[in-house]
Amino acid sequence: MSDPMAEIRASFFIECEELLESLQDGLQLMDDGDTDPETINIVFRAVHSIKGGAGAFGLDDLVHFAHRFETAMDEVRAGRFQPDGEAIRLFFTCADVLGDLVRAARDDDAVSSEVTDPVLEKLEKLVGVEEESEEELDFTPATLSLDLSLDFGGDAGLPNLPDLSDLPMAGADESPLDLSSSEEATEPLVASKGFTVFFKPEPALYISGNEPLYLFRALRDLGDLAVTCHAASLPLLDSIDPDIGHLSWTLTVHTEESEQTVREVFEFVDGLCQLDITPLAAAPVAPSPASVAVVPALPPLPPLVQPEPVAARPAPDPASTATPNDAPVTAAPKPEAPQEEASPAPVKSSATTTSEGTTPTKTTGTPTQPRATVRVDLERIDRLVNLVGELVINQAMLSQSVTEAGLPPNSPVSTGLEEFLQLTRDIQESVMMIRAQPIKSLFQRMGRIVRESSASVGKEVRLHTDGENTEVDKTVIERLADPLTHMIRNAVDHGLESPEKRLAVDKSREGHVTLTAQHRSGRIVIEVSDDGAGINRERVKAKAIEKGLIPAEAQLSDGDIDNLLFLPGFSTAQEISNLSGRGVGMDVVKSSIQALGGRIAITSQEGKGTTFSISLPLTLAVLDGMVVRVADETLVVPLNAILETLTLTDDDVKALGPETHVVQIRGGFVPLLDLGAELGYRPPQESYVGGIALLIGQEDGNRAALAVDAIEDQRQVVIKGLEGSYGRVPGIAAATILGDGQIALILDPTDLVSQASGRTRPRKPQHALVG
Amino acid sequence: MSLEVLAVDDSRTMRDMLNLALSSAGFTAHLAEDGIHGLEVLEDIEPDVIITDINMPRMDGFGFIDAVRSEDKWSRIPILVLTTESADELKAKARAAGATGWIVKPFDPAKLVKALQMVAG
Repeated sequence: MSDPMAEIRASFFIECEELLESLQDGLQLMDDGDTDPETINIVFRAVHSIKGGAGAFGLDDLVHFAHRFETAMDEVRAGRFQPDGEAIRLFFTCADVLGDLVRAARDDDAVSSEVTDPVLEKLEKLVGVEEESEEELDFTPATLSLDLSLDFGGDAGLPNLPDLSDLPMAGADESPLDLSSSEEATEPLVASKGFTVFFKPEPALYISGNEPLYLFRALRDLGDLAVTCHAASLPLLDSIDPDIGHLSWTLTVHTEESEQTVREVFEFVDGLCQLDITPLAAAPVAPSPASVAVVPALPPLPPLVQPEPVAARPAPDPASTATPNDAPVTAAPKPEAPQEEASPAPVKSSATTTSEGTTPTKTTGTPTQPRATVRVDLERIDRLVNLVGELVINQAMLSQSVTEAGLPPNSPVSTGLEEFLQLTRDIQESVMMIRAQPIKSLFQRMGRIVRESSASVGKEVRLHTDGENTEVDKTVIERLADPLTHMIRNAVDHGLESPEKRLAVDKSREGHVTLTAQHRSGRIVIEVSDDGAGINRERVKAKAIEKGLIPAEAQLSDGDIDNLLFLPGFSTAQEISNLSGRGVGMDVVKSSIQALGGRIAITSQEGKGTTFSISLPLTLAVLDGMVVRVADETLVVPLNAILETLTLTDDDVKALGPETHVVQIRGGFVPLLDLGAELGYRPPQESYVGGIALLIGQEDGNRAALAVDAIEDQRQVVIKGLEGSYGRVPGIAAATILGDGQIALILDPTDLVSQASGRTRPRKPQHALVG
Repeated sequence: MSLEVLAVDDSRTMRDMLNLALSSAGFTAHLAEDGIHGLEVLEDIEPDVIITDINMPRMDGFGFIDAVRSEDKWSRIPILVLTTESADELKAKARAAGATGWIVKPFDPAKLVKALQMVAG
């Protein structure tokens, strides 16, 4: 731990991200009409905690903004302000700006007050809080720069204090009730600076956990102290109520400090005692002997509090003055991971919770508590992922050897290997889970994109999200941010109509953009849809012809026209707005998705809206594949692409031409592709009857059958990229090493099918016709 | 006089800082992340003083103080409330809940130590 504050600072920014997430969640719930006080509390708490931490690091801009945001949220919390949709949108904006400020603070950057001030002004005007006086706003960042040279050194306690033995206490060895040190008491207190303090605790003082002794010690820190105890009201021993105290004191402190400082000593007991503080110069009274003499007959009392044997403590050894490193190790370990990880429903508070402590009991949509995290270098995880990949390959080889050795399936080696196989899979899943994150963080960022882009084009848009807890590989999430941002902007800018147009066609004034994520047959499917006007196909086609992207006489299906959008540089917007702009088009989106091993498809219905559907592999490292043989070559087909396997019969296969065949499946026809011919291994077969075909499903719902010679096996394979060495090979996704050490290509069936169907279509837009 | 301190705060940053300030002062810090967790920790240790945040999930500071005070064995442990609220409002609330004193966030480590000494030696 070189610099503990730097570490805490770094961890503060991580916590801020978690808090910002809770904040977004809470606001989303409020936006959805949730009025649960705990939801509002979560929002409040997130802002409050950010402010608290920021204050400690002296991040003034952040503190300032968070404070005013918090004040507004407090109005909501207190029920003095009922936020409507507009207010909540403003809260969202505040949350966005707060996020900007957090990141700026983290990166030693700044956010212009031109950004923050108008938002705050709007907020305060709306909520109706008056801007606080500067004094209050100042919020004294008593920066915890944690000057470790601060002298609360290793032996701690009270380093600056003289021996406690000089503090006269009840029970000191002289006359039991003459508690003042005799010298000081008799000394005339003429015109010396200081105060006389009369202090009479009420029972509540003791009940609150306060202890006069400690206050006296604090007072003594200010200067010489004389203490006189008034024991007049002390009852006889048998009627003493230990909870009442019975004693009062007159304390005389000689100090240069102000009355304010003296008063601060009694800050915690103010109102719990009778406290009279008079300056010494004004009342140079010698301690009244009466206080000593009132109850002379009383027997010696046991000390109220034993003076602690501080004097006996060895003087602090300068060599052992604390440094951060040898500070005592804290006994408490870091708090364990919050329980929500184990049980999604928050534990109901025990009966002692106050009414304020209502706990969220909903199991869905409840913002999670900030998670406990461990920061691990991504490289280390990737190393683990690679090693597990090697393990999978190794295990496959071992399995093969065992099979070849002819060992019976119930032999110890075989059964052991079986367990090994299961374990390898478990390890692999666990490792993948480390890399996986809920896609929520990405979706939340899109919320902001929608808010900002809709504002800039004057549309009213509401974003709906679903499946945000779907876990996706971290790298995939990171690399999806740009394409998704672009698609969301497109949806707002081009997809949705203006409010007037919407009203004219009987739609709600407010447009809707929906963002969903789900696991579907071994892949992640992310959809961006809008309820706008749909693609204007005539205009798209006209534009494509105008730009020379397709021949004028081209006969294109609706789907083909929609796919023209993915051509480089395609833009149909009549005015180029400042949002989607030029340059980055859907072609870039498409290639980004493809680089992730994903595919993108588009469906559109005129007047109803457009949906972009992105399908991504769960992991970038391994896949479940079907090992097939074609023309004596071994190939791997991703299992998740295969809908079913078919044995081709005479009745099923129909020839449409010399090279074109279709397969009849349950009444429908599906194109049949000869894999051997497609890959150039051999000429097309005469007949496919008796052969085997794999039925492939595509994102756009179209299907195709791939004819193969034989199915060999079904197993997990490690993906070894080819693009580094060979560039992108159409129809081939990657390669793998099989158990016998042989290298096999992994097919990209969808791409293969598209390539094949592209040949029957106009050549030019061929690469745009991927489903 | 090495005090044992239980610090309860839902903010990890605040816990880290309390931990650092307390251990730098030679105190032993025990940390908990909300009231319920605080009560669990109290079952295992006997702190000389407790520091608690107010606004926390599951069980807030008031609920926590209430629970501590209503248990005989803990009723006399001094409790300091961590707060950013203005003093007067807070005093009344903290008092009513049974707190011994308060510390205003962001805290100065020296003041924190002083406040601890004012209530626990």
